[in-house]
Amino acid sequence: MKAEEIFKRLEGEFGGDVVSNFNDGSGGDKDPWLQIEPYSIEEVCTKLKTDPDFHFDYLECITGVDYPDDEHIAVIYHVYSYVKRHRIVLKCFLDREDPALPTLCNIWPTANWQERECFDLLGVLFDGHPDLRRLLLPDDWEGHPLRKDYEEADDYHGIPTVRPNPVELFAIKLPAAKASSEEGAAS
Amino acid sequence: MSDDLSNLNLMAPSKGYDARYQDDGGGVITTRVDQAINWLLNWGRANSVWFMLFGLACCAIELMQTGGPRGDLERFGSAPRPSPRSSDLFIIAGTLTYKMALRVKRLFDQMSEPRYVISMGSCSNCGGLFQYAYSVCKGVDQIIPVDVYVPGCPPRPEALLEGLLKIQDQIKNERYLQHRYGIGVEAGL
Repeated sequence: MKAEEIFKRLEGEFGGDVVSNFNDGSGGDKDPWLQIEPYSIEEVCTKLKTDPDFHFDYLECITGVDYPDDEHIAVIYHVYSYVKRHRIVLKCFLDREDPALPTLCNIWPTANWQERECFDLLGVLFDGHPDLRRLLLPDDWEGHPLRKDYEEADDYHGIPTVRPNPVELFAIKLPAAKASSEEGAAS
Repeated sequence: MSDDLSNLNLMAPSKGYDARYQDDGGGVITTRVDQAINWLLNWGRANSVWFMLFGLACCAIELMQTGGPRGDLERFGSAPRPSPRSSDLFIIAGTLTYKMALRVKRLFDQMSEPRYVISMGSCSNCGGLFQYAYSVCKGVDQIIPVDVYVPGCPPRPEALLEGLLKIQDQIKNERYLQHRYGIGVEAGL
């Protein structure tokens, strides 16, 4: 099934408010993608998995991107069907101040850790997630490092986060040019 | 025959002994007790540097190579140990993240003295390739004292062996009794 057919069927099923903005991948994006409204991502994905024509049985990855200029965070789902051999990319654009959307753990169990990673690095809250803890960073970490406005702390448990540049430490400090050389050149 | 057996004295010097050494004036070594004991202790310690089997990243692959048949770390008496409590040497092999740094500090604290640390590879020396990352510790010397830095990304097995030999040199030149127990310090040794 072509991506455009998938988009047409989803649009007919859920309406243009929920499924919109089809991009066929010709504009520099490699994969064709479509935009889903965040609050209905769960029902759309349930449809994608259970409908025998779609049969998307594999959630490949969940990523998040921070767009501070547009004031939103995008959560991107790559889903693939091993049976039908087709793939589609779904994007949800969230409010940057309060990014939240429903979890997909009940549809594809592999979403569990991927959503934890997305929460860890970008601070996206997945409603209904059974265990929304940090995945990679320590539990007491402050901030979400893949946000563009993230600033590194000065230290972590007393370990400094900067190291002095050795080139600057051992650089030979040349004395400032003296006026005597100019005099010598003049004479 | 039976007389010979009954007169056999195993503790007596053999008949050849006196003959062999009869012309020698007697070999005499003058040394101090603490020097001799230090030498003996250092000889034993330097040739049995057991290291903790602890790899963090791709340098650990090179650490395995060093333990393999070509590098053969064990010909220097250095064997991997599964526990920090029975190991003398801590080889930090790989990228050290802040999350792992706290664990490394704890493992180092669990090792009994004397203990030595080799920082293996660019990442554990200074953060290396990943030193601008938010999660990577900028060198293992920020948390524990390091004895030998082995440069490279990753270092070849020969380089790690060189680091081990440097540790052995350091051990052999130590005055462990004075350093650890204060023996002979009052006498100015």
